[in-house]
Amino acid sequence: MARGKTPGLNTGSMSDISFLLLTFFLLTSSINTDQGIQRKLPPPLIAQGDDIQMHKRNVLVVLVNMNDQIMVNSEFLPDVNMLKEKTKEFISNPSGDLNLSDKKQLYVQELGTEETVSKGVVSLQNDRGTSYEMYIAVQNQLTAAFNELRDEFSNARFGKPFNNLNNIQRKGVQKVIPINISEAEPVNYGGNK
Amino acid sequence: MGRFKKEVSKSTPDLNMGSMSDIIFMFLFFFMVITTMRESTLFVNIRLPKATEVQKLDKKSLVANINIGEPNKNYVAKLGHEPRIQLNDQFAEVNDIAQFVMTEKMSRDEAYRNKITWSLKVDKKVKMGIVTDVKQELRLSNAFKVNYSSTKTK
Repeated sequence: MARGKTPGLNTGSMSDISFLLLTFFLLTSSINTDQGIQRKLPPPLIAQGDDIQMHKRNVLVVLVNMNDQIMVNSEFLPDVNMLKEKTKEFISNPSGDLNLSDKKQLYVQELGTEETVSKGVVSLQNDRGTSYEMYIAVQNQLTAAFNELRDEFSNARFGKPFNNLNNIQRKGVQKVIPINISEAEPVNYGGNK
Repeated sequence: MGRFKKEVSKSTPDLNMGSMSDIIFMFLFFFMVITTMRESTLFVNIRLPKATEVQKLDKKSLVANINIGEPNKNYVAKLGHEPRIQLNDQFAEVNDIAQFVMTEKMSRDEAYRNKITWSLKVDKKVKMGIVTDVKQELRLSNAFKVNYSSTKTK
């Protein structure tokens, strides 16, 4: 009985399969990058009492208490999602309301024009008992407000959203609408954590 | 004269593809190991808060992580439920932050030392007290670029 040689297995497709796995892992490992809200912390205060006094109308005071309740300029805010509109209204102040932020003229080199820039600053203060979730929600709303204002400005000026501008234009828009969020120095009310 | 050689078959022999897959598998394992090795194991539970205005952190080598959350079930018996800070591979206190900032800065090239992003990975149920303390420590040690790590939602 003649036993024929067994034919060789075609292993060429094996490499295809392992290539597929390889690319899968390559892609999934790079997608999983860190993302979040980016902020710049202010440098520490050297001396006490050198706070810059600001006009009351130029400050939007946002307070968050230990029960995650929000107060904006001594007015209770029932929902976080209303904060974005409040902030936008405060910063842009389209009707020139005397209770909302003042404006100043500033020459922006990147754009080559003189622009009206809001003097408004959002002052955010939270309690030690505020939950991190609420803090991020507030920060998110504030960031969204500034981002939308920047988008509106870029759309009106250049006809495209802020993210599609080139670097110089972006720098210019950042000067016209700076993210002015100031976090108050933490104060310790009693010793409770 | 007049003799003809027998025609030799011209077809090239098949390449052995079996070893090719071995090489690719080697690559595969390399990448699998690398991607899991870079992350240090977490001792604290972290459920990131949700946000819409997130930005991606571009340079992974210029990110230092500060994890804050409730110790996970292996450590709860020893440490309780109070939120803890984890730096690299160990639990830390608020006053260890300054030391951590120094070592992280020293491990980077001099030109990039002020470009490190300090990524705060904080559980959403943690109270702001401990986060504020950490932020104050970061400010005092000249670490200003922070990132509040959060997941993107629509």
